[in-house]
Amino acid sequence: METVLVLGATSDIGIAIAKKFAAAGYNIQLAARKPELLGPLKSDIEIRYKVACSTYAFDARKYNSHAVFFDALKPDVTITIFGTMYEEEDAFNDWALAETMINTNYTGAVSILNIAAKYYIAQQKGAIIGISSVAGDRGRASKLIYGSSKAAFTAYLAGLRNKCFKDNVHVMTVKPGFVYTRMTENMPLPKPLTSTPEEVADIVYNGFTQKKNTIYVKWFWRYIMLIIKNIPEFQFKKMKL
Amino acid sequence: MIKPIANWGNYPVIESNEESFVFDEQLDALISKEQPFIARGNGRCYGDASLADRTISTLKFNKILSFDAASGIFECQSGITLDQILTVIVPQGWFLPVTPGTKFITIGGALASDVHGKNHHVDGAISNHVLDFDLVLASGDIITCSPSVNPDLFEASCGGMGLTGVISRVKFSLKKIETSFIKQKQIKAVNLQELIELFDTYKDYTYSVAWIDCLKKGEHFGRSILMLGEHASVSELGESQGINPLKLHGNKQITFPINMPSWVLNQFTVKAFNFLYYGKNFKKEINNVVSYEPFFYPLDKVLHWNRLYGKKGFVQYQFVLPLDAKQGLIEILTRISDEGLGSFLAVLKVFGKQESMISFPKEGYTLALDFPVRGNLLAFLDELDQLVLKYNGRLYMSKDARMKPEMLVAGYPELEKFKSIVKKYNPYGKIRSAQSDRLLLTDTK
Repeated sequence: METVLVLGATSDIGIAIAKKFAAAGYNIQLAARKPELLGPLKSDIEIRYKVACSTYAFDARKYNSHAVFFDALKPDVTITIFGTMYEEEDAFNDWALAETMINTNYTGAVSILNIAAKYYIAQQKGAIIGISSVAGDRGRASKLIYGSSKAAFTAYLAGLRNKCFKDNVHVMTVKPGFVYTRMTENMPLPKPLTSTPEEVADIVYNGFTQKKNTIYVKWFWRYIMLIIKNIPEFQFKKMKL
Repeated sequence: MIKPIANWGNYPVIESNEESFVFDEQLDALISKEQPFIARGNGRCYGDASLADRTISTLKFNKILSFDAASGIFECQSGITLDQILTVIVPQGWFLPVTPGTKFITIGGALASDVHGKNHHVDGAISNHVLDFDLVLASGDIITCSPSVNPDLFEASCGGMGLTGVISRVKFSLKKIETSFIKQKQIKAVNLQELIELFDTYKDYTYSVAWIDCLKKGEHFGRSILMLGEHASVSELGESQGINPLKLHGNKQITFPINMPSWVLNQFTVKAFNFLYYGKNFKKEINNVVSYEPFFYPLDKVLHWNRLYGKKGFVQYQFVLPLDAKQGLIEILTRISDEGLGSFLAVLKVFGKQESMISFPKEGYTLALDFPVRGNLLAFLDELDQLVLKYNGRLYMSKDARMKPEMLVAGYPELEKFKSIVKKYNPYGKIRSAQSDRLLLTDTK
């Protein structure tokens, strides 16, 4: 059976995606900065879904470790979920926070996915799923650094899709809107626009099986973002977004 | 985020800041915050037991830690629901040792309520099958409890409504089954006397419970349907059932769409329901083999069935009377029938013996009734309390939303011991609920 590597497996979306692929019969490799947290998820996946599951330490910002890390795993599908989000005002005032966001969400993702892509190109098969964000669709004040790091990641995934297409490597960009997670449980989110991590996982899995290029979670975010992208800049810059 | 929450009875509703955790370290961080809290599972107790200004949801703490399919020992985090556990264990030939009438409760909540099932007279309550559990105290310390290790804390936490600490991990033993089907027997009883005799005649059945029509007067007073069951063996299955003897029941559900207006439920509609329910069993006795799902969880098929009782919600009233207090059962049922406050779901069961500190079950008759919240309901329930006390009975805290502290004191002889253990491990009432405040189980703020 094929193996899926879940990078960022301690996040709510990471957990849901790992379970979804395990339920579909994939063996699972869980990776996170704090692998010691992954024991219960590993046993849970093995017992519920009767697939193999293993855990690994992975730090997106330790770029030098990525090649050795990936070489030991060689999964059939690589999914990046990891990401960092600080308060934008704090990040604006503290370069260390801004840099961490950029280096996790963009630089680290590029580092590990370059390695994965090279392997898949050599194999002439494989799949990469990158969880980006609707926040990357257009720069705005309230998502200044986070949004720009995701914009860069979205552009990278599009480029990678173009580069790998002829080599039979499927690259899928996922753009969730609002998601109910531990990080957002203190924010009032509009119910119709918000997904659960399980819904995100379902949509990601379906998009993967249908070889989609870019998917929004939920689908209507595509049209919300289309409108937002088409507001003329002379107007957009005056808006409070 | 602060939002209105309620348990299954939709009464009371309170504003609560609910937060969740996935990892132990996150639970630790939540507990170390200053504001008092109560742990909360799937919100399927009925009243105010898991309500507080701040609640810590265990629902994301739901991982299976180990399952030995040879010995049937299961270990998990406390936020997993029985529904999820069944999905894993049934196909491997195991069943829950004890299950209440819904599978949508967490194992942590099951233990904090020390839930019972249709097999109480044979197998006891859930605590009877627990090997050990971890309890995270108000101080953040984690203590492992079993019947032999920290036995005081073990006993006070089984049925202790979460007041000793947050139950974080539970290890318990399962029941071996050959098939996922139940050999069922339903017998109609024309009145209460016959029902009580039938309970006695069939006391060796593993599972028994009766639905009772509490509005019927005269010679058919207490007419009822006794439902009995045993786990079926492979040889007892029908041909199509035998193809997959350990089949999981599908999860097809109907959703009750809206809160019903409160006038819909009245004496006439309840009488009509009871007439149809009693009448649907045409024969005196029915014997058949059914899936575990309709036998144990008939109401789980209808999601949000509590909406039947409307926006104002309902109170479930469950008491137990000693075996020698049959007269009390008659008196209470008569009082309910006179008041015309019939309940759709009046359920009678005989409990076996159970030694306990704060758990609800004790040997005797237990009756559970639903009453929609109306103007004079609370005063009426206070009256029923007096009858329950008169016959040495007590009430179930997991169903309770309104009893007075004196009622609890009178019903639970070991209450002082329980309170002193709570005080020892939860000294400043950091862990508290609307219920524990109301019942004076935790120091007032």
